[in-house]
Amino acid sequence: MKSVEAKVVVLGTQGVGKTSVVLRYVGNSFNRAVSPTIGASFFTCKVLLDSCRVKLQVWDTAGQERFRSMAPMYYRNANAALLVYDITSAASFEDVKSWVSELKKNIDTAIVMCMLANKCDLNNERQVPKEEGQEYAASIGALFLETSAISNEGIRPAFLEVAKELLKLCEKVPNSGLNLYETMSQEKSNNNIVSPRNHVKTNFVGNLHDGREPEQQERHSCC
Amino acid sequence: MASENETVEPPGDEFKTLDEGNEPGGRRDGFLVASDSFEDFARLEEAKSSIKDRHPSGTINKIVREGSCEDPPDKQDEIESVSSGIASMATEEQNDSAFSDNGNVAEQVAPTLSASIHEEEELDEVHKPEWKGQKKHVFILSEAGKPIYSRYGAEDKLVTIMGVMQALVSFVQDSKDSMRCIISGKHKFVFLTRDHLLLVAVSCTSSSTPQLLLQLNYVYNQVLSVLTYSHINKIFKQRHNYDLRRLLTGAEKFFDSLLNLMDHEPGFLLSAVRCLPLPSAVRDVVAQSIVQHAKVKDLVFAILIANNQLITLVRMKKYFLHPADLHLIFNLVSASESFKTAESWTPICLPKFDSGGYLHAHVSYLDDNCAACLLLLTVDRDMFFTLSECKSKIVERLHRYNCIEAIREALTKYTYSISQVGIPDLRHFMYKSRSTAQFTSPELESPYHTASEQERIFGLYQYLHHRMHSTSRPLKILFHVGSYETLLGWVTSGFELYAVFGPLVTKPTAINSINKLLKWIKKEEDRLFILNSPTF
Repeated sequence: MKSVEAKVVVLGTQGVGKTSVVLRYVGNSFNRAVSPTIGASFFTCKVLLDSCRVKLQVWDTAGQERFRSMAPMYYRNANAALLVYDITSAASFEDVKSWVSELKKNIDTAIVMCMLANKCDLNNERQVPKEEGQEYAASIGALFLETSAISNEGIRPAFLEVAKELLKLCEKVPNSGLNLYETMSQEKSNNNIVSPRNHVKTNFVGNLHDGREPEQQERHSCC
Repeated sequence: MASENETVEPPGDEFKTLDEGNEPGGRRDGFLVASDSFEDFARLEEAKSSIKDRHPSGTINKIVREGSCEDPPDKQDEIESVSSGIASMATEEQNDSAFSDNGNVAEQVAPTLSASIHEEEELDEVHKPEWKGQKKHVFILSEAGKPIYSRYGAEDKLVTIMGVMQALVSFVQDSKDSMRCIISGKHKFVFLTRDHLLLVAVSCTSSSTPQLLLQLNYVYNQVLSVLTYSHINKIFKQRHNYDLRRLLTGAEKFFDSLLNLMDHEPGFLLSAVRCLPLPSAVRDVVAQSIVQHAKVKDLVFAILIANNQLITLVRMKKYFLHPADLHLIFNLVSASESFKTAESWTPICLPKFDSGGYLHAHVSYLDDNCAACLLLLTVDRDMFFTLSECKSKIVERLHRYNCIEAIREALTKYTYSISQVGIPDLRHFMYKSRSTAQFTSPELESPYHTASEQERIFGLYQYLHHRMHSTSRPLKILFHVGSYETLLGWVTSGFELYAVFGPLVTKPTAINSINKLLKWIKKEEDRLFILNSPTF
């Protein structure tokens, strides 16, 4: 079975439910009193596709203004970005737009973008029409899903869609920074991959244009 | 607090002076900066001119630079400059009479203050009885008088009262003087001016003015810890009337929890850290595990804490942690539930270490069922995965040696009871080893089991501490007979001891008892204190 590893960053204003979305997917739980993230939290999860296993390293970032300057640390080298807004807050939707332009400005490798219109269970307090979100997402070539961490709506599909896109990206764009592994025995290969990858990752960016296959580098450093 | 009967003892034969370094819990090579911060802070206003000393910056850059060249030059200078900063603060002169002078000024101004409160009828916040009835208010405002934080009530509704505070302070500043304190009836208004910020405490608790100043300074350090001094400085230099609340959203809870912590946690008052009582063998294994598995370039501190107590600290050679910084770390961890859900990577500024920049902290709990939290602090922002790996190796080794189980057990039971000490009449005590900046005290038990009694006993400790450390007349020994208990304070170059006895204890018995107590602490010191100072 093949396996792909990807770095995912979750961005959005404070209080839109980034952590709740991630916790719903990773732990399948919801906590009303989830406390604001400080800095960023790190999660890993796996998405199984028909032909491939996609391992996601999720950086759940803090939405508070004071951490904004730290964001590049997390979205640098990201292969996918989950852009979360709250359908009951027009301001949070505007903020997603500013995140998109920041990403476009600072990232030159291909990246999968997925917009999550969160809190869709609060339809009667809605400020951002679904169409508006969809249109904007289409205009920037992003996936779009309405989600709710409370009612567990749209979250599993969102991660699945992102995983599929990542796989496509990996197959089509050679310099995507993504690596496809042929795994023999699953556990063992995972262990091999996890440890050295991140030291190497930084090198990828610098070496993108020297024509070498990232995969080979990776293999090399594993041994 | 009426002092019914007090004796200030000259240290006589019964107070045997212990050899330097031989006092219980004492060591010459601690890992915490063993400055007497209380006195530093009590005098801090005088040190206002020496901004550089107050903001020992550049340590982080220094480590980064040194990390890049393989042969690090001597870092001693850096530490010396930090400690000389502290020393220069300590040598500044200030005496209590300054406060009473200002008290006179205050009496002229205080009516103005209350009058202007009355003028603002539309701002109902300040008229609410529950707001007025709070025992300790703390406000942060910008130099321009913009509200930044209020402990109680919404700060934007308190624009007027903060405006008055700012006006008072700048009025006094105009005459090249500085406002320290106003005393009006039971209330103390204490002012701390720092670059760009003004901090005010309004209190009718038993905290003395220097103690309130110390608390305000902690609050100021908390601001720095979130934003760094350089950032604040830059912002306010660009825009004098910047609304700092924007950058502090979400950080209010750190101020709230810090202030609540200071209301009952003696560590702040003593500028010392409490260690989790643990068999020294266990502690050694924990330290070894960290040293073995976290030998990583640019890792400055590895700190294991639980319930505001230190379990172990491993440091980079030649760098020390100030207890004040450790208190901020305690506060960060105890106020953030979010660390419990996942590994986190968080920027944190430790103002005493380097107020100019952030350290990056890998924060994680050892185990879902264990309240011990491990922080790995580095200067390298890209080291998350390396540290994450270190952490799992450390945890693995701790499991193998049953340390996690031992820590969990130490956390579930009472730390220790005063009855274990076995001294009749001794109800409670606090003992601080000055050289290691660590302290120990037993659990508060009956008759101090209710919240109001605990508050009262803490007030007594504050009073005793204030008398011992009074800047105009510091004391070595104080025997204070109150209506409900007798207090004994003893400060030497090696330790500070504050003891609470039953009301009927005689002086010779009390003295005899604390000598026994010191022997007991000495016997238990391996468990109560961290006596070695492991480095990477």
